[in-house]
Amino acid sequence: MNRFRIFTNGLLKENPVLVLATGLCPLLAVSVTAINALCMGIATALVLAFSSTTISILRRLTPEQLRLPVSVVVISTFTTIVDLVMSAYFPVLHRALGIFVPLIAVNCIIMNRTEVFAYRNKVLDSMLDGLGMGLGFLFIILIIGSLREISGNGTFFSSSQFIGYPAIIMVLPPGAFIALGFLMGLAQWFRNRQVTDRHE
Amino acid sequence: MNELNLFSIFISGMIINNIVLIWFIGLCSFLRVSVSLEASTGMGIAIIFVTTISSAVSWIVYNYLLKPYNLEFLKIIVFVLFIALFIQLVAMFIKKNIPGLLKSSGNYFTLITANCVMLAVAFLQAEYRFNFIQSLVFSLGISCGFALAVILFVSIRERLELAPVPKALKGYPLSFFIAALMSLAFMGFRGLFGL
Repeated sequence: MNRFRIFTNGLLKENPVLVLATGLCPLLAVSVTAINALCMGIATALVLAFSSTTISILRRLTPEQLRLPVSVVVISTFTTIVDLVMSAYFPVLHRALGIFVPLIAVNCIIMNRTEVFAYRNKVLDSMLDGLGMGLGFLFIILIIGSLREISGNGTFFSSSQFIGYPAIIMVLPPGAFIALGFLMGLAQWFRNRQVTDRHE
Repeated sequence: MNELNLFSIFISGMIINNIVLIWFIGLCSFLRVSVSLEASTGMGIAIIFVTTISSAVSWIVYNYLLKPYNLEFLKIIVFVLFIALFIQLVAMFIKKNIPGLLKSSGNYFTLITANCVMLAVAFLQAEYRFNFIQSLVFSLGISCGFALAVILFVSIRERLELAPVPKALKGYPLSFFIAALMSLAFMGFRGLFGL
């Protein structure tokens, strides 16, 4: 497969959120403001890219039975690094993201990509796949974070308030479900249209 | 949170801070197990059982292994490893003794992804500095909340199976709207006990 296609695969065609419906827990919980969403997206993408690369390097050395423990250790090591770096340099943000930084270690996207892709492919390909999938996640979480912040708080990246009466429900938990529901509905609508176009 | 009594810890974990609908943890397995009412009831009971035991294990590991040696920074790796190990053991036990439980496909997978819930419980009880009994009650509450949410969700979705919804909203989008309404309902419990 062409390298460029591996990279862009995660962005749209096999987007981990919209198509595979994985990694929903951090996506919904953290996307209250755009800045939180951006940081969570970057952290997840970093852990995903590094773990995919490392696991792909180790794939010939790991015996079949030890695959799960090895990948668990690799992923949680990178999560620990991200967690500690964040708490050292961005303490306010670290407190805002709270328990969801350590939970990157069991993020379904990362588990899925390492199992499905990194164990079967070359190092460079796995790195590109990890980066693409990570960016696909970053893209969606940033959209949802911006949507929720604008409609629920009337601000964007903590700017001054420009909507007088925001719909507070959008920054509360139900708003996350509603935003993601509409976004996935939109994605499905596009996909249905493409399919019918091809048939005609 | 230390001065709370056990009952309010239980109710707060189960309803006020419902792990799926308010915290979004374990959402992936939540959406995948909710196929039929019977399957998800079985799953809910399994998750209650497994989470409570794993919470006890992780409490012991945290307070007797990590804390005395100042190794708290390793807690992510240690918790994830212990929980993965524990799940493997449970899966082996089930495969040997209750083979029928694993026959409905996907159960094993959901046990694995449920480690999201178990890990969250392990972190939260370390963060709140619960004692042993408190953390047991807390994890029981959290996992009962998970089971309750799954069972309610499945019963609603089964009724909507044949409803005429727009084609683009079938499947996941519809599930999210149901979850949004349920989450709205659960938010009504905020303010109970003044939490």
